[in-house]
Amino acid sequence: MVLLVGIPIEFITGLLSYAAYDPKAGNDPNPAHGIFGFYLFDWFTEPSWAYRLIQGVHVILGFALVPVVLAKLWSVIPRLFEWPLWRSIAHLLERVTLIMLVGGVVFEMLSGIFNIGYVYGYGSFYPGHFYGAWIFMAAFVVHVSLKLPKMVESLRSRRLRTELRTGLAGTQPEPYSEGGLVALSPAAPTISRRSVLALVGGTSLVVVGLTAGQTVGGALRRVAWFGNRYASPGVGPNHFPVNHTAEEAGIGPDQTGSSWTLEVVGPSTVTLTRDQLLAMPQITADLPIACTEGWSTTQRWTGVRLSDLAHKAGVAEFGPATLEALDGSGVILTGSQVRAGESMLALKVNGADLSLDHGYPARVMIPAAPGNHNKKWMNRIVFQSAPGPGQASAPGAAS
Amino acid sequence: MKWIQKRYGAHPVHLLLMLACLAIAAYALTRIRDQGELAVTVVIFAAALVLHDLVGWPIYTWLDQLAQRISLRQPDRRRPQVPWINHLRAPAFISGVLLIIAFPLIAQLKHSYYAAVSGVSETAYLTHWLLVTAFLFIVSAAIYLVRVAVARRDRS
Repeated sequence: MVLLVGIPIEFITGLLSYAAYDPKAGNDPNPAHGIFGFYLFDWFTEPSWAYRLIQGVHVILGFALVPVVLAKLWSVIPRLFEWPLWRSIAHLLERVTLIMLVGGVVFEMLSGIFNIGYVYGYGSFYPGHFYGAWIFMAAFVVHVSLKLPKMVESLRSRRLRTELRTGLAGTQPEPYSEGGLVALSPAAPTISRRSVLALVGGTSLVVVGLTAGQTVGGALRRVAWFGNRYASPGVGPNHFPVNHTAEEAGIGPDQTGSSWTLEVVGPSTVTLTRDQLLAMPQITADLPIACTEGWSTTQRWTGVRLSDLAHKAGVAEFGPATLEALDGSGVILTGSQVRAGESMLALKVNGADLSLDHGYPARVMIPAAPGNHNKKWMNRIVFQSAPGPGQASAPGAAS
Repeated sequence: MKWIQKRYGAHPVHLLLMLACLAIAAYALTRIRDQGELAVTVVIFAAALVLHDLVGWPIYTWLDQLAQRISLRQPDRRRPQVPWINHLRAPAFISGVLLIIAFPLIAQLKHSYYAAVSGVSETAYLTHWLLVTAFLFIVSAAIYLVRVAVARRDRS
């Protein structure tokens, strides 16, 4: 029952998380998606906490479902080793889909946990987790539609209130039935059904309590002991979690010193120093950094509107923009992300200059987008103009 | 209809569902192949199954039965009125789940990389896990002792 609700939530938040990367704009970790990308759309920019919520739910609910899945598998496994292995073609096919179901759920959970723990040695995270989810969901939908009548029947056969009042002494194994889930010769019970429910539910609560802080923040952040950012480096206004440190990205003071300039490319190209950027009109907004690994943090950022920079480069109708960082990484923004009122090139956080780890001299902040859109250590922005009415394609960067 | 029912072993709709499901899976496999990840994904998929069904499950069942045998072997006179086995199972299960969700961090599989990207040390996860595990077993034992004391008082 919990899985019947929880697994579709995992699937939908996962699909949305992929859409948030804006694969159609060109940031596609799964370029072979084919018809699995049928639903993709340009990601939105409001509310700014959208990705934070979606990805936080995806990761923390995923953690919370681990004990539930383990209990589910524990309760059905006596029937895995039943004999004969198959009674009919129908039964054989059903067992093949059960391999997809059980292998799929364990695979999805393991690949997620690997990704959070930075174990990439098995290949790339995105294709396996994304296409694996489709295989698993196909088997899940079939399994649920075949077993729904049985589930309703078993739930009707026991009243939750009666079961909650039944201790160990009163616990009886269910009678064996063809196609049922009960072991052929169950051992004498050593645990009541209510205790199993309490243990699984309690474990989910403990897991949520010890991880949710990395997303929810506040006092819970201090006990987010098992999330992948349990603590932060940095001091004062820059004391919040770092996704990639400057040292790891190979960014040094020689690139970010007083000689640093930002190249803004459009119909005309301008080069701006940090002082010139600070002299432009500044905006301040509370925006989250929300990582695919589940953690997030909202801070107060101050900087120059991206749309103001686009205007400065001579762009009138906003099209896509390419962000290029000093470490050679890049990402593509959609026209609506460039246009959004809170999209900015941030120069300060919480009133202080950005620290090097948080992207000094300047980083981009995009509302509602995944953390990897918030490029640090910016080097160059290439703005394109949107195709006007009647024009076939964008004129592209005048370069 | 009857013919399918007899030869196939279930309603024709069942067959349709199965074929649709297998078609989606086959298509997904072609997508993974196009990204050059087919072999590694299939291996991990199979490993996930083996890991749960043929490694994880036999081990935890064996440990559980070991504990059950010990508890049954105690002579009646010494057997406590309150069974202790679930006071062992509960903290072990919670601790085990925490280990599963964070084992790459707890085992420090990417120790230097984690420290490099996050700016903080990965060793803390092992400390967290050991502390929480110890805490769970202590709380469980305390609850057990209270239950035994209550049972004794009720009997006398």
